[in-house]
Amino acid sequence: MSNETSATTTRRGQAPRGERIADWADGRLGIYSLAKSNMRKIFPDHWSFMLGEVALYSFIIIILTGVYLTLFFHPSMAEVTYHGSYVPMQGIRMTQAFESTLNISFDVRGGLLIRQIHHWAALVFLAAMMVHMMRVFFTGAFRKPREVNWLFGFLLFVLGMFTGFTGYSLPDDLLSGTGVRFIEGVILAMPLVGSYLQFFIFGGEFPGHDIIPRFFTVHVLLLPGIMLGLLVAHLILVFYHKHTQFPGAGKTNNNVVGMPLLPVYMAKAGGFFFLVFGVISVIAAIASINPVWAIGPYRPDQVSTGAQPDWYMGFAEGLVRVMPGWEWNFWGHTINFGVLIPILVFPLVLVAIAVYPFVESWVRGDKREHHILDRPRNVPTRTGFGVAWLVAYFVMLIGGGNDLWATHFHLSLNSLTWFVRIGFFVLPVLAFIATKRICMGLQRRDKDKVLHGRESGIIKRLPHGEFIEVHEPLSQEQLHVLTQHEQPEPLELGPEVDENGVERKLSRSQKLRAKLSKSFYGEDNVIAKPTVEEYQEITSGHGHH
Amino acid sequence: MSETGRHEDVPEEILPSERETAHEGVVTKADNPFADPGLPAHEHRAQDIDERAARRSERTVALLFLVSMIATVGFIAAYVAIPIDKIVYIWPLGYISGLNFALGLTLGAALFCIGAGAVHWARTLMSDEEVADERHPIQAPPEVKAKVLADFAAGAKESQFGRRKLIRNTMFGALALVPLSGVVLLRDLGPLPGTKLRTTNWKKGVRLVNQSTNLPLRPEDIAVGSLTFAKPEGLEEDDEEFAEKIAKDALMLVRIQPQNIKDKHELSWSHEGIVAYSKICTHVGCPISLYEQQTHHVLCPCHQSTFDLSDGGRVIFGPAGHALPQLHITEKDGFLEAASGFEEPVGPSFWERG
Amino acid sequence: MKKLSARRRHPLAALVVLLFALAVTGGLYAAFAPADKAQADDTAQSLAIKEGKKLFAVGCASCHGTGGQGTTDGPSLVGVGAAAVDFQVGTGRMPAQQPGAQVPRKKNIYTNAQIDQLAAYVASLGAGPTVPEKSQYSSDGADIGKGGELFRTNCAQCHNFTGKGGALTNGKYAPTLEGVDPKHIYEAMETGPQNMPSFGDGSLSKQNKKDIIAYLGAVNGDESESPGGLDLGGLGPVSEGLFGYIFGLGALVAVAIWVAARTTKAKKS
Repeated sequence: MSNETSATTTRRGQAPRGERIADWADGRLGIYSLAKSNMRKIFPDHWSFMLGEVALYSFIIIILTGVYLTLFFHPSMAEVTYHGSYVPMQGIRMTQAFESTLNISFDVRGGLLIRQIHHWAALVFLAAMMVHMMRVFFTGAFRKPREVNWLFGFLLFVLGMFTGFTGYSLPDDLLSGTGVRFIEGVILAMPLVGSYLQFFIFGGEFPGHDIIPRFFTVHVLLLPGIMLGLLVAHLILVFYHKHTQFPGAGKTNNNVVGMPLLPVYMAKAGGFFFLVFGVISVIAAIASINPVWAIGPYRPDQVSTGAQPDWYMGFAEGLVRVMPGWEWNFWGHTINFGVLIPILVFPLVLVAIAVYPFVESWVRGDKREHHILDRPRNVPTRTGFGVAWLVAYFVMLIGGGNDLWATHFHLSLNSLTWFVRIGFFVLPVLAFIATKRICMGLQRRDKDKVLHGRESGIIKRLPHGEFIEVHEPLSQEQLHVLTQHEQPEPLELGPEVDENGVERKLSRSQKLRAKLSKSFYGEDNVIAKPTVEEYQEITSGHGHH
Repeated sequence: MSETGRHEDVPEEILPSERETAHEGVVTKADNPFADPGLPAHEHRAQDIDERAARRSERTVALLFLVSMIATVGFIAAYVAIPIDKIVYIWPLGYISGLNFALGLTLGAALFCIGAGAVHWARTLMSDEEVADERHPIQAPPEVKAKVLADFAAGAKESQFGRRKLIRNTMFGALALVPLSGVVLLRDLGPLPGTKLRTTNWKKGVRLVNQSTNLPLRPEDIAVGSLTFAKPEGLEEDDEEFAEKIAKDALMLVRIQPQNIKDKHELSWSHEGIVAYSKICTHVGCPISLYEQQTHHVLCPCHQSTFDLSDGGRVIFGPAGHALPQLHITEKDGFLEAASGFEEPVGPSFWERG
Repeated sequence: MKKLSARRRHPLAALVVLLFALAVTGGLYAAFAPADKAQADDTAQSLAIKEGKKLFAVGCASCHGTGGQGTTDGPSLVGVGAAAVDFQVGTGRMPAQQPGAQVPRKKNIYTNAQIDQLAAYVASLGAGPTVPEKSQYSSDGADIGKGGELFRTNCAQCHNFTGKGGALTNGKYAPTLEGVDPKHIYEAMETGPQNMPSFGDGSLSKQNKKDIIAYLGAVNGDESESPGGLDLGGLGPVSEGLFGYIFGLGALVAVAIWVAARTTKAKKS
């Protein structure tokens, strides 16, 4: 490319200005080599591949609006009496953090909009990460070589949760303050070190004067800094690995089919940033979020019903709400299991989905690279596990909002809590079984379609009076898509004794692996896909119908 | 049949065999109906073959960019023209801030139109021919790997790291110890708990003051079925440590017919059926006060722990692990006062609570 | 396996599954819906009687006893005062229509004059809180800020920050305060209807009550401002999260589908 342009010289015999700047930069940064491999990089088109982009762009929006908010926000717990322009708060004692939040909302022009964009973008950010993660999960995009990137993404999700938590706690309003009090209880529940940790973290007794400034540092510096690093690594790896693609005509494991970064993706992805920003701005124009002026400043002896965290913490809230009140007292010590168990289960549930890729690759013993995405139906066990996980997550979200579910659906709070207690264990199992069966059914239907064609809905009467439905044969691309997936054989342990008659030693992990492998790929979990012979026998035998 | 990528010989005897292996490297064959047909031929869009259609697209894109410009002008106009406290009624949103609505919509339109223009441009005018890019294995070829391992071995050997155990061990020791400085520096984050988690400002003779009226409470102020919140006398909202104190001291007072109080101990700590309980939930410390006067149950709005105030503050539902602490109260000179401090720590459990 | 799948494909299978699902849903609802409590019987049939005692004898006595002394179906009304009657009947809660965890607010079936007659009769049974004067609950001379603070201390724990209501145990609930007559709010604080505790003058002074009512008028009235836009029910993060998913992420996915969709190809004719 550079040869081409340097050939077109200007009147004075010099390269064009743009090229000269690029040359300067190349001499110092090596941008030509970088651009060579990336400028025309191919990206495949699919809407679900853009969920990660939604997350990326909302993160950028959060940073932009967040910087603006720091210009006006005072992360201080010094107490003041409000005399600002919001009448129902006048004369109320509050911290400077709360007061400055009111000022941003009522006295800074556009401050309310930026606050709302910031908070809505945060909700969308986490929602997009969650859905993006599910897309990656169900299509098997986490397989080699992308396991590390899966972990980066997972960490971003977890850090995003805590950045969100520390962020919505900053205004020091009654709702978020209640959440901070919950954190105090959680810290106190830690065996051995709990009360010391609480005094260190809060700088003394709850609430103290330190927690908001400390959360501020964590929220604007520490966590976003780590996240930014992870995000860059995540993106570099996406570029380096090249994007996965769905099976289709001309798409193989050794190529990536799509359109080049320059110009199509530059325009599409760049444009999409503005689209995301635009949509979130409109939402911030029409819908209120975290109206702290209606909630009031935090006071440890006040509370409101419907005290919930933002949605991404709702799952943890559910765990805490439905936990039975167990507590141990022994030798002058107390363990508060009512808090301790939920906050231990919370990371475990998250880790369960994070380590799944490693479990699957171990069970399968598969060390190849995978760039063609799975259709979820073709991997019933993974799909079933994913759905079961989502069901457990959703059940706990219901648990986290049990009071609102109770009032809005006229249910009893206590019965609902019991439903969640039992449902958390039972429903994922049912979901797993049901999902697997649905996957099998879909596999069976795919097989039918391949062998007998698509049901066209056209009823035709044959000369001898019989009515038949016309089945249209599939195109070669469709046939390819429905049959390209692999069907691994389950792992065999082999004979108990080796060829010399000596008993083979099988470790427990080998046995477990064989068992799991069977439940992944055994006969009950897979419909053998049609073979070429079957297809040819049917198609040559009696025409298409 | 998919191209399944580079196979690696996995030494383990127990690896699953793959049916696919047989098809490795199969190219489109006439006799395989399932074979990959290869990239379909590129089809033209209207814009590719009809300059009029292309010009229509161009105009649409330009129009979108133009709308964006107008919206930005609108944003600035709204910023200047609409007073910040102007409330307007907009169906179905209700009575909302006119400025927020106008700024949000214009900013949204300005941004959205840039995005829509760019995407429309990409979709209709830029080439939409799909091309395939080759992938290359991530793993390095064996000769590269061998070179790197050899380099590493040479470097390790030259450093004498493996041979000079003393250097190695002392270095590990130093590196392990040096972060301790950082840990030590955290010590002054806060004071030690001392007895602060166990004590409140209630002690014998402290009067109960109504939170709402700021007046000392008399027994006759508290009717059966009523709910009153109290704080210790002398604690004022503008005190330096008001928040820390009220976080432990907040009290709720209810009056229950003495014959309805099931717990003997509770009855003995009550005054004419007036019982005083800590308002701080024993689960994680929310101010619990959803009092049902007919059932005498009090529910926490945070995690729904439910306590029975007619039965010693016993937990009857939810995640709280122990009963609400009761304050022994009595009457002196016509006013209610504490007969003693709390006999157990209020609020959530902690390790040393016992 | 094969047998099962064969049966599953029976044409009636879908119907059976549907019926089963309906039965399960209904059964679950029945199980989770709050348990009935023996309370007032159907008394709505009587409407026509004009005067307090007569009204009482017909509308109220079946549960509260002929002299208001109370029965197993309803509490004694001796000493509850005119304010309680004005609240209970004025908000349509009494006469109760059907048993349930809690008697809901509904359309009031008495005229104001009839309510006054009933109130006068019940007040004559024993002294109790009287119906407040308009000056007691009007917002003249009220401190809205103080009212908000009092509301958050005394009321928000059940009724939510701005009075949108909330859940209590076993199907009981604190109702929304939207559209409730200030007089009835005052009476509710004074008398403590159903499971709500009362807030007599010793607990919340007359001025306190006035402040609270003024605050509610400011934040929960028909013309209350929600500067940020839709208030999403005023329920906090749960409705915000739902809105964020459905309209935020939903809209963005719709946009993404447009961005990634193939452009229409020119038709070869």
